[in-house]
Amino acid sequence: MFRTQYDSDISIYSPEGRLYQIEYAMQAVAQGSTALGLKSKTHAVVVTLMRSSDELSSHQRKIFKVDGHMGIAISGLTADARVLLKFMRNETLHHKFVYGSDLPTGEVVSSLAMKSQRNTQRWGRRPYGVGLLVIGYDGDKTHLYQTSPSGNCFSYYAQAIGSRSQSARTYLEKNFKAFPELGLEELVLHGVKALKESSGKETLTKLNVGIAVVGKEQKFEILKPNKVQTYLDQILQTEGEIEIENENENEKDEAAETLELKLD
Amino acid sequence: METYLGEKQQASQWSPYINNGGSCLAVAGEDFAVIASDTRMSLGYSIKTRYSTKYLKITEKCSIVSSGMQADIFTLHKVLKSRAQIYEQKHGKPMSTDAVAKLVSRLLYYRRFFPYYTFNIVAGIDDEGVGCVFSYDAIGTLERVKYSASGSGSSLIEPVLDNQVALKNRNDIKKEDYKLTKENAIDLVKDAITSAGERDIYTGDFVEISIIDINGTHEDKFELRFD
Repeated sequence: MFRTQYDSDISIYSPEGRLYQIEYAMQAVAQGSTALGLKSKTHAVVVTLMRSSDELSSHQRKIFKVDGHMGIAISGLTADARVLLKFMRNETLHHKFVYGSDLPTGEVVSSLAMKSQRNTQRWGRRPYGVGLLVIGYDGDKTHLYQTSPSGNCFSYYAQAIGSRSQSARTYLEKNFKAFPELGLEELVLHGVKALKESSGKETLTKLNVGIAVVGKEQKFEILKPNKVQTYLDQILQTEGEIEIENENENEKDEAAETLELKLD
Repeated sequence: METYLGEKQQASQWSPYINNGGSCLAVAGEDFAVIASDTRMSLGYSIKTRYSTKYLKITEKCSIVSSGMQADIFTLHKVLKSRAQIYEQKHGKPMSTDAVAKLVSRLLYYRRFFPYYTFNIVAGIDDEGVGCVFSYDAIGTLERVKYSASGSGSSLIEPVLDNQVALKNRNDIKKEDYKLTKENAIDLVKDAITSAGERDIYTGDFVEISIIDINGTHEDKFELRFD
């Protein structure tokens, strides 16, 4: 009711104690296409759906390497993401130069959160309109973090952001308990299946699905389209099997009904 | 400090530079390059450590070895490694060997008035797949060559390479008949640095040798004399 009165500037609170500009910025994240992340004890994976605005253009990249042990998937304003990516690359490279080791993922994300928060409290600045899913492997552990325009960051077992991400999140909520012990192949398959939930009418192809992995003895790597296709093929195969199973079950049900009628 | 008679006094001035010794060399073939350095780090007549690397792999197609002052070698290599990563992030692909060679030259000249006490050799595969070696002085003078040696053993190694790679001063062989194979080059490099280890007190302990070709870099290590 009071929204339009209290949303004209980042520095105005609403009577309920909300900063609408930040919430609008988070809406920008929700407008981007789906990006999801999940992790096991040994690997962390991001899977994204890459949009192309029309047939003539290329698909918008959503996954970027930050350092050998860390990468991000983005959703929202790509231009803002580039700025944050540059910041993260700088931080990790500087740490490597000065201390000779990989910068822990959690520390970069904290710096990023501080940086994002500054833009919610400074005159003339606006919040970054992009959410990041940061995956990394350091200190013998896998990491998955989500950052948002508000400056909040959380660690997750699995998370999905962007448009229609709720369907993917539901899938991840159902299955996440099994993730820690999974191998890389199965983990990626879960990621692609989750993406399928959010893809709606869009068909998943090797051109519009992006996958990246990082983990123990696995440097951050964005998978090539042909490798992506192998996972998509596996999904299609299992789907075919599920359809056949369903048909069999339907037949069984019909048989049971006729039996009951006969008994009567 | 001069006396009234114009003689110079013996008092030694403090110098920011020291020489930690060691030898480096590289040889380029038609489609490969071999690069090697010893690992001994000395100070005066003592050995500080038997293993201190002078070698850095920059990309799959390009490596650098440096002799001189270990502190400057370490720092130069650190800077180079970071710059290579920045390049790759900016351009989406690794640096070409020519780009690395130029970058090293510029990094060295940047310190024209307080140079890195390093004598570098860059070796690798160029964009056409041909082996190349670049040699430098302390302030970045750049020259592409077929082979090069630097460091305390360079005066022992360079004439050997002149004779065996460039076939200079030989009466027994015709240039047209001779082609440097990868196996010959590896053996030559191994023998050359081993021979330097025999006579040069600052060369010894271990050798890190790398063979670079179109398939990437293959790194190896072997022992020299420990005396």
